[in-house]
Amino acid sequence: MKPPIAFTLHDDSGTPFSFPTQRPTLLAFVKEDCETCNLTLPLIEAVHQAVDGAMDVVAISQKQADIAVLRDRHALTIAMLDDDSLDVSYDADLDTVPSLFLYDASGECTLQTYGFDRDEWQALAGEAVALAGKVEAPVAIDWDSLPPFRPGCGARNVEPGVAERLAARKSGDLMGRMIEVGQGDDVHEFVFDQGFTDGLPVVPPIPERVWRMLQGTTRDPQEVVVEVPPNLAPVTVEKVAVNAVMAGARPQYLPVILAAVEAACSDEFNMHGVLATTFFVGPTVIVNGPIRHKLGMNMQVNALGQGNRANSTIGRALQLVIRNVGGGRPGEVDRAVMGGPHKVSFCFAEYEERSPWEPLHVERGFAPEDSTVTLFAGSGPQPVSDQLSRDARSLVTSIAHGMVTLWNVKNYNAGEVFLVLAPEHVDTIRSSGWSKDDIRARIQEATARPIRDLLRDEECAEGIAPDQAGDDLDRLLPKFRDPAMINIVVAGGEAGKFSAILGGWQSGPRGSQSVTRKIGD
Amino acid sequence: MVQIVDPTDEREPVQRQLAPRPETLQGTLGLLDITKPRGDILLARLKERLEAEAPGVTIKNYAKPTFTKPAPDALRQQMKEECDFVIEALAD
Repeated sequence: MKPPIAFTLHDDSGTPFSFPTQRPTLLAFVKEDCETCNLTLPLIEAVHQAVDGAMDVVAISQKQADIAVLRDRHALTIAMLDDDSLDVSYDADLDTVPSLFLYDASGECTLQTYGFDRDEWQALAGEAVALAGKVEAPVAIDWDSLPPFRPGCGARNVEPGVAERLAARKSGDLMGRMIEVGQGDDVHEFVFDQGFTDGLPVVPPIPERVWRMLQGTTRDPQEVVVEVPPNLAPVTVEKVAVNAVMAGARPQYLPVILAAVEAACSDEFNMHGVLATTFFVGPTVIVNGPIRHKLGMNMQVNALGQGNRANSTIGRALQLVIRNVGGGRPGEVDRAVMGGPHKVSFCFAEYEERSPWEPLHVERGFAPEDSTVTLFAGSGPQPVSDQLSRDARSLVTSIAHGMVTLWNVKNYNAGEVFLVLAPEHVDTIRSSGWSKDDIRARIQEATARPIRDLLRDEECAEGIAPDQAGDDLDRLLPKFRDPAMINIVVAGGEAGKFSAILGGWQSGPRGSQSVTRKIGD
Repeated sequence: MVQIVDPTDEREPVQRQLAPRPETLQGTLGLLDITKPRGDILLARLKERLEAEAPGVTIKNYAKPTFTKPAPDALRQQMKEECDFVIEALAD
């Protein structure tokens, strides 16, 4: 609690009362449904009688409606002020009512107390009378009849909901433009009409929800995170929080969302290209590290699908930032010919515990206990079914055949792909003792095609132009330009001999490269 | 009234942002008749009450040429420039 320094409140007749008053003053914050406030208000009245007008004795009610009730109940003649908006209570940082502050004539607080401690109140009453210059006047209180101690009650300004509403308004954390939604308007329809949604309803970003979301990070709300394409708009932590609220995320997801926004808007990931291309890609978010469990992310049954709040809202929040802050919208800069459900939200966690190999982030140089996001420009899951393979070579060959058709069957030297291995397939590969590099090598081997098979012909106009083919048509060209392009993660339910291939876009400096970023606080 | 924090980069004004509501009735009040039957009578009665209860306020009368179309731009612009408040008589 901090002694109020200066304020103006109105009394029950509507007359403004300004503090400091240039006289000794006793301020008492109270509320009606507090037993201790009811115990102590007669004591305050008694002090007021004793000082006989030589000091200002004032009760400040945390609820406007309480004033008349209390005045009537205790036959109070003291001034009673209305702090229903809780502005003064908030500034005084009250936890408890009653809270008392005693000031001398210069406005300096000489004593304060809260709740009811008989000894402290007796001392305060004596000091008040002394400050008022009325030491001889008896204060009509039978101290012995009072209990030695009574706890106070929670001040209204710290009640759940109220505290956040006040903080949203008064903390100075929120600097975004506030939009007033008309009284007759439905806020859900309003946000649709303003184009703030991805086509699905959003949680209206009212100030207290945004403030609550900001508690999920230690970063300053006004810190600029990154510039968001296509408009290259600087996005603050606050604006990410607004869109995170809209996505339906919880405050503890915010650090993941911030890392995903940073990664997506990096030069290497090239979110502008990913957005603007006519191809179907969207930003795929893969999470590693302890945060997966902290947030209860899904890495098992239906890992790439719906139903898990963290998975669904983290991916969605990123897309809403790109839409609302970056200005990236379908039909405008987003020219995807088809798009797909993976562009609404696509985020999952790697099932590291089910993997015999290093998880994705450790492969990329992070410590196992680091939590990371990896952004990959992916086109959505393509299933590979293999029910019969009993060893790694056979299974990986199946997978390779699936990968051959990525982009186009005649496309070679391709860039990044993500292979999501389901647990049953993991077990098959593990039983042969293969490493991730063994998988990569077999994929390159099994997907390689002689140039002859990749030529343009009457059957299929795609492929290599014959005059570009060179002399040796039997030369094998790899599907992927480098084994390192083949990223391997583990996810999925215990039952199901199906893995997922996530195809990519153009990889490299002229396209997009997958980016891994550590998740901070 | 519900308030939301703007999720955008704020480069464009929000459409249909409400004007802030002043605390007190002062300045100029416009009475807009959309020329539906008896709207003029309603507004005349209102004007009498307002002149009695808010004597400091200047009252101006306006009318739309027809109720079947939105107010002409010139009229809207004129009212926006001249008035602090507007009361509109709608419907029969």
